[in-house]
Amino acid sequence: MSIVIKNIGKKFGENTILEDVNYAMEPGKVNMIIGMSGSGKSVLLKCMVGLLSPDEGEVLFDGQNFHQADFQGQRDIRKNIGMLFQASALFDSLTVEENVAFPLKMFTTNPKKEIAERVRFCLDRVNLVNVGHLLPSEISGGMKKRVGIARAIAMQPKYLFCDEPNSGLDPLTASVIDHLIYELTHEYQMTTVVVSHDMNSVTNIGDKIMFLSNKTKAWEGDKNALMHSDNPGLNEFVFVSDFMKQKIN
Amino acid sequence: MVSVGVGSIVIVIITSVFIGAVTTVQTAYQLVSGFIPRSAIGSVVAASALLELAPTITSLVLAGKVGSHIASQLGTMRVTEQIDAIEVMGINSVGYLIMPKVIGSILAFPLLISIAAFLIILGGIVAGDWTGQVTIADFTFGARGTFETFQVVFMFTKALTFGFLISSISAYQGFYVRGGALEVGQASTRAVVFSCILVLIADYVLAQLLL
Repeated sequence: MSIVIKNIGKKFGENTILEDVNYAMEPGKVNMIIGMSGSGKSVLLKCMVGLLSPDEGEVLFDGQNFHQADFQGQRDIRKNIGMLFQASALFDSLTVEENVAFPLKMFTTNPKKEIAERVRFCLDRVNLVNVGHLLPSEISGGMKKRVGIARAIAMQPKYLFCDEPNSGLDPLTASVIDHLIYELTHEYQMTTVVVSHDMNSVTNIGDKIMFLSNKTKAWEGDKNALMHSDNPGLNEFVFVSDFMKQKIN
Repeated sequence: MVSVGVGSIVIVIITSVFIGAVTTVQTAYQLVSGFIPRSAIGSVVAASALLELAPTITSLVLAGKVGSHIASQLGTMRVTEQIDAIEVMGINSVGYLIMPKVIGSILAFPLLISIAAFLIILGGIVAGDWTGQVTIADFTFGARGTFETFQVVFMFTKALTFGFLISSISAYQGFYVRGGALEVGQASTRAVVFSCILVLIADYVLAQLLL
């Protein structure tokens, strides 16, 4: 269940986004990637899940280099990946139930009844009841995120990736989503990677944290170390609000 | 197939009937000589329907309807990360999203264009009879007199070609959108414009090669 990134570099044209990023995710924990807007967090996440190819470096899932694997090898790794997107990315022509069932129908030969049971279990697990027949356009933003989580865990993945899971949500709903991610990570012993710039999320659920700045990893540690870091860039990011300043005092 | 075929049937019916009617009236207007039999109107309208009007005009109409639908659907899926979600699952997004649209179009276009050809001729017959320009008997006599099976083969060749062109160009424009809602709209417009231009070029090339 380990994810290790080595010497990752990514450019778009002449614009360098990431340079020599090294990091080992803590297996079975919530690993947060934090940084300013435009620091390359989402690009790094997309390199990790194979939506972008890094120009340099490698991403290792249990020692297997994702980007050097052939199509079948990548497909096998991807079967173990669940991802929650920033805008949920639910298929808008499918109902909530069909969205959750989608990976099960694509990758398993399970009978319909078994798939329906798994869908019901996943929706129950994210506290969604009686919405299975609705289309994504008919449910709220927080519910969409929960459906996204249900779809991500449907295949019982070993790795869960979340891109800004609580962006655009009110603080209460954001907290619900955060705790859901935390609970599921520990319940299913998944290695979870969360990209966020929400310090509430970081302090609530981050088991291990990486701070991206100036195109590379500028700091790593746990949330206690985060509060007492002497990294000026990190402190500027973390203690930008009075609330966080008071929290440390 | 359902989206391309059934979803386009109404617009195809409306345009075909009126094109047939207008072609008959205008052909009659030009054939004023007493030396030309009125049955010639049937010959001209039927041949035009099979060779040009049904495949080309219908395809131009479908480029607007089907092309913009495919481009905007795929474009919206792209900017809302739905295509990324499919790719993260390890599904070949091109095979899963584009191939069915191209195959559906290749199957649906000949059917729609056959319906269009029939309705253009029917519209011509009805308009000719109502306006008194040509009787039903004269029209059908003229149409049958100059009919060749190759005209139907040519029509289907065009239909398959245009179906492939419109669906693949539109899918490409939608699939590779970058940005947001504005770019999806622009991609949809580009899909229609490029499809129309390519249909017209392919129309000329096929005519040059096959006739």
